Amino acid sequence: MGRLWWDAMPQEPIVLATFVVVALGGAALVAALTYFKLWGYLWKEWFTSVDHKKIGIMYMILGLIMFLRGFADAVMMRIQQSIAFNGNEGYLNAHHYDQIFTAHGVIMIFFVAMPFVTGLMNYIVPLQIGARDVSFPFLNNFSFWMTTAGAVLVMASLFIGEFAQTGWLAYPPLSNLAYSPWVGVDYYIWALQIAGVGTLLSGVNLIATIVKMRAPGMTMMRMPIFTWTALCTNILIVAAFPVLTAVMTMLTVDRYLGFNFFTNDFGGSPMMYVNLIWIWGHPEVYILILPLFGVFSEVTATFSGKRLFGYSSMVYATLVITILSYLVWLHHFFTMGSGASVNSFFGITTMVISIPTGAKLFNWLFTMYRGRIRFDLPMMWTVAFMLTFTIGGMTGVLLAVPPADFVLHNSLFLIAHFHNVIIGGVLFGIFAAINFWWPKAFGFRLNEFWGKVSFWLWVPGFWFAFMPLYILGLMGVTRRMRVFDDPSIQIFFIIAAFGALMIAGGIGAMLVQFAVSIWKREELKDETGDPWNGRTLEWSTSSPPPEYNFAFTPIVHDIDAWEDMKRCGVERPTTGYRPIHMPKGTGTGLILAGLSTVLGFAMIWYIWWLAAVSFLGVIGYAIFHTFNYKRDYHIPVETVEATEAARTRQLAAAGA
Amino acid sequence: MRPPESRPKPRQLTALAKVLAALSLTGALSACNTVVLNPAGDVARQQGDLVVISTLLMLLIIVPVMAATVLFAWRYRASNKEAVYQPDWDHSTQLELLIWTAPLLIIICLGALTWVTTHLLDPYRTIGRIDATTPVAANAKPLEVEVVALDWKWLFIYPEQGVATVNELVVPTGRPLQFKITSSSVMNSFYVPAMAGQIYAMPGMETRLHAVVNKPIETVGFSANYSGAGFSNMRFATHAVTEADFAKWTADVKAGTPATNGETGGNLDRAAYLELEKPSEKVPATRYATVAPNLYDAIVDMCVEPGKMCMSEMMALDARGGLGKAGIRNVEMLAYDKHGREAAATANANPNAAIQRELAWVRALCRQMPGSAPDKTVKAPANLRSLTGAGMAAPQSLPLFGKDEQALSAPKGEPVAANEAAHSSQISRN
Repeated sequence: MGRLWWDAMPQEPIVLATFVVVALGGAALVAALTYFKLWGYLWKEWFTSVDHKKIGIMYMILGLIMFLRGFADAVMMRIQQSIAFNGNEGYLNAHHYDQIFTAHGVIMIFFVAMPFVTGLMNYIVPLQIGARDVSFPFLNNFSFWMTTAGAVLVMASLFIGEFAQTGWLAYPPLSNLAYSPWVGVDYYIWALQIAGVGTLLSGVNLIATIVKMRAPGMTMMRMPIFTWTALCTNILIVAAFPVLTAVMTMLTVDRYLGFNFFTNDFGGSPMMYVNLIWIWGHPEVYILILPLFGVFSEVTATFSGKRLFGYSSMVYATLVITILSYLVWLHHFFTMGSGASVNSFFGITTMVISIPTGAKLFNWLFTMYRGRIRFDLPMMWTVAFMLTFTIGGMTGVLLAVPPADFVLHNSLFLIAHFHNVIIGGVLFGIFAAINFWWPKAFGFRLNEFWGKVSFWLWVPGFWFAFMPLYILGLMGVTRRMRVFDDPSIQIFFIIAAFGALMIAGGIGAMLVQFAVSIWKREELKDETGDPWNGRTLEWSTSSPPPEYNFAFTPIVHDIDAWEDMKRCGVERPTTGYRPIHMPKGTGTGLILAGLSTVLGFAMIWYIWWLAAVSFLGVIGYAIFHTFNYKRDYHIPVETVEATEAARTRQLAAAGA
Repeated sequence: MRPPESRPKPRQLTALAKVLAALSLTGALSACNTVVLNPAGDVARQQGDLVVISTLLMLLIIVPVMAATVLFAWRYRASNKEAVYQPDWDHSTQLELLIWTAPLLIIICLGALTWVTTHLLDPYRTIGRIDATTPVAANAKPLEVEVVALDWKWLFIYPEQGVATVNELVVPTGRPLQFKITSSSVMNSFYVPAMAGQIYAMPGMETRLHAVVNKPIETVGFSANYSGAGFSNMRFATHAVTEADFAKWTADVKAGTPATNGETGGNLDRAAYLELEKPSEKVPATRYATVAPNLYDAIVDMCVEPGKMCMSEMMALDARGGLGKAGIRNVEMLAYDKHGREAAATANANPNAAIQRELAWVRALCRQMPGSAPDKTVKAPANLRSLTGAGMAAPQSLPLFGKDEQALSAPKGEPVAANEAAHSSQISRN
């Protein structure tokens, strides 16, 4: 069994208790699914589905589950840091605490933000460009399950063995075998490698979809802004993730085969790792934020009831950011001792990114200008974003000034900065997007009251949680500390913990919002398919859209295609349907990802025979799948007619 | 479809909250000890000032944007039917120009500031001034301190004084300080916020930091880069004292007087260093009256252990093409990371007969003479005006056409060059 033995089971009482609760909860879930005979339904309608809408929703669910885990880590850190003063060791030992902050970062970036962003793009992009699915539907399903496989490994590390105690980027030499001898870093490597396959393939898929599957008439400069940002993000993914894969591979051979890429001795260079990981890592933050810039553009235009101001400006700003994001990585380690000229070059390129970003902000501002702004939840999140993100952007530019970075690097000021942009930008954007497109995905709107409760807990909660961190950074307090010796700073950590508590309330209110909305879905029903007076093609379909999205491929004449159709009074065709050619579901993605999980687990625990078997399984099953010729089917005309007739009746009822 | 007039949100509330937050922030900042903005060392002070100046520069655009956000959100709320509504207005060349140039101008200013200050405050550069009014005396010799980040404590070697301390840094005020920084195992960051910005400490490598402390203080320094389980306690007391007190302190260390709550370590020879290097936490301040010669160089060269080949020597051998087959003989003896923290150097501490033979083999090859890290210090310019551009001659424009004619006329004697010139002028005419 390699190095897997009973000592890998939870030892600490906190982990043990969590394990028991999770095991009981999991058993209850399995029992419930079995009792209600839902396994078949889940397998047939969801797990093996290649429908981009269902995969998108599954990505969002994965992101939400992992978000709860990542937030639990955050709360544990806030509690530890608010009590560990005056010789009090707190309630977490170093081994546990160091895993928590590593897991928090890894989970929030790779298994929360990435699934959320990929899920959104998966759901929205084909609908916005008038396509029936993505270019490679099976690949899409496979990508999702590979991402999930990575998440499963990270979750397994909580109960079997340990997670890395290295910080979320696992800098060597600390992450090398000599200084991290057990399984933590191996969990890290294999989780990221397996999930990375999914991310990369989904990037390829969406690029192909956007480039090749746009509706007739939709030239590049008529693409909705969200699709533009999705395109740029996926280009970034395809260009950046191979670097991560390569650097992880080098770390793997260092750890498994005694290579010396990043060791101290035999000419290894840990500085090389730091460079490589940030050559992936900086584009990564734009991978996360760009699609949300797209969301804010769509939301602002829709809720201001106005065309987006400066569409081309917005497109070029996005492209400039895409390119510049590759020229700034060194700003993450000005303090590693590069010369002044190198440092100032990267400092200035970083500042230059704030120009297109600023232009975007102005574009949203002037979209609101002379509009009729409806402050529904998506717009509320957008305004909160504009006010919050500006501050985060400013502190970011400040950190790009190398001499300023020398005093603020690795401090809590830095922590406050990137939470300011990731929460204020990515997360607020996700919330705006969920509230905006939920009616499209499920056919009913989200409850407003609980949404507002969540909003008013989240936004001030964020400020309470991170303003004290800015101040602490200016007081010279560094990150990843487990205990403190200066009692005068305790109050700031208590305020921050209070902020975290408010955020917990905000998350709770959001879950209640989902539950209440599902419970009262009849009252919140959206019959029109266009609850917000939308502007892009996804709002031209029913809510939720039929499996084939569009009975007829729409023809596009303007940037805001649906708005243009509404203005010109385009009639919805009700006859002349033809059978629709669609891809068929398959369990291959799930099976391959399952085998990959086993492979990763076996490699982590040095169970070589199992690794060999599962590796052969992956290769063998992938080859076997190529002989599966039953990959498509036609939706018969009768089904299309029936679906569309129901839609006609629905629209008539809604109009009456 | 929803009615167009949804309830407007009380946006002013948010605005008010922001103003209150800003006010309370200012209050909090002045109330608490923000050492980064108010340090005792001149270098850190310049860096802190830069934080403030850059922030103010950016607020020039941030404040109007935030104000406009709140204003537009309120003014163009759906229920305000008096506001102008232009659903198709989506372009204005003047505004587009403004939204690209306004941030650009700020960034040009900030970029220029960045270029100059990054060079002036480069940690590798010797300091040019003691404080805003006092330049460094021409004959001033900086105090050299060799810093080693260990698991999980800091070792300071004073080569001039011949003493060393652990977790206690004492420096004289008003004298330029030169830190040479390295690490024994993993990456750390050497940071005394009251003195100067941080720089990474990395094994097998040396980084530099130049600083000065302007007034006597008792403060703290620490590692600002996570380095493993004992990281939180990797802190050291830092005292800046007058020159006289510093001399007295040096004498105390040499005499074997321990620090308050501290210990004396006697002689820091290589064996004592190898013992000290083993992972430990919360190490009290320890003073060593004497230090083995070249200890720091051996640490950077990763060859403190007896029998361990120095990196510089290994590199020199490799540069000559390596040792061929002989070079693969028991490479394990050359490994540095091999035993990690778990059993640092135990194998070498108690070598068995077989290992003894291998050690002898390595020793036969190895001179054990640590090389010194290349000195990458940047000298501060004698005259700072050259950096700000003050007093420099205005740039002269070059006579472009005159030069071309020269280029054409000059090589007349040489047919080949003349042909080339004629050829290129033809191209330019096309």
